[in-house]
Amino acid sequence: MGGLLDQKFSHGGMVVTTVDDLINWARLSSLWPMGFGLACCAIEMMGSMATGYDLDRIGVFPRASPRQSDVIIISGTVTFKMADRVRRLYEQMSEPRYVISMGSCSNCGGPYWEHGYHVVKGVDRIIPVDVYVPGCPPRPEALIGGIIKLQEKIKGETLMAPKAVEALLDV
Amino acid sequence: MTTIEIQNIIQQELSVETVVEEGIQSALLVPKDHLLSVARLLHEHEQLYFDMLSCVTGIDNGPDKESMEVLYELYSIPYGISLRLKVMLDRPQEGLAEVPSLTGIWKAANWLERETYDLLGINFEGHPDMRRILLPADWEGYPLRKDYEVQEYYHGVKVKYETE
Repeated sequence: MGGLLDQKFSHGGMVVTTVDDLINWARLSSLWPMGFGLACCAIEMMGSMATGYDLDRIGVFPRASPRQSDVIIISGTVTFKMADRVRRLYEQMSEPRYVISMGSCSNCGGPYWEHGYHVVKGVDRIIPVDVYVPGCPPRPEALIGGIIKLQEKIKGETLMAPKAVEALLDV
Repeated sequence: MTTIEIQNIIQQELSVETVVEEGIQSALLVPKDHLLSVARLLHEHEQLYFDMLSCVTGIDNGPDKESMEVLYELYSIPYGISLRLKVMLDRPQEGLAEVPSLTGIWKAANWLERETYDLLGINFEGHPDMRRILLPADWEGYPLRKDYEVQEYYHGVKVKYETE
């Protein structure tokens, strides 16, 4: 599936699509991350959001509250002291919510994997991760690549299928 | 002013024996019992006036040597001289090593001593707020000790990196 606006419009400007596609298009075009940085990766994340790379052009700009955010970018070293806070912030986000793990520290502990007694060896030990962005730190292009990967994931989702209701009815 | 001249001032004023350790930066080894009086003299003496405490740090010499060290980096802004004070402590098998707190002389000692306590397990007697400063309050052990063993789990999360 291409983007909705890639389709040729005919029949007097009317577009026929499924509700899923419409909702997904809206969701993936306005992925709002939480304004939240942990370490040096956050500097690259801020660089991606600023004028040079301008993440705003793909609908990504930071929100000041987890309640208003769709995605949390774990940009940096997650220490055990911070892990409790990261988990709480994640739980405060409303669903559907996504996690991008940015950089080696957040992916697997990075340079602290062996002797870093204070570092969580991968943020996926505390919250589920959708996209991993490798790098130390990743360049803005890599982070943008991760966001586009997440958009592709959202494209394939359906929020309408009543799987939970079906399961209840089958019993 | 050299470290030896400072040593002489301490000898004259307090008649406390100190040892000068030469090195890239010389240090003045002070007996633990006289640390407070020496520190107060360094702070108040007209020719020294060490008004800034730049750093407090510690060393664990390990369970075999049964000793620990605490180092204080002092600077005198009016005279532009710096000094390293060093104190040797006993390292108990159980519990914390003890040293008097210098928070009554330099306010800056507060957080610096908390950090030394947090990482090395040295208790600063007389400190107004002896809590961990970097690690979580419920962390077990003191990571910069030579015989430190990291805990297996913290709040249900495995600490060690594991490959199959």
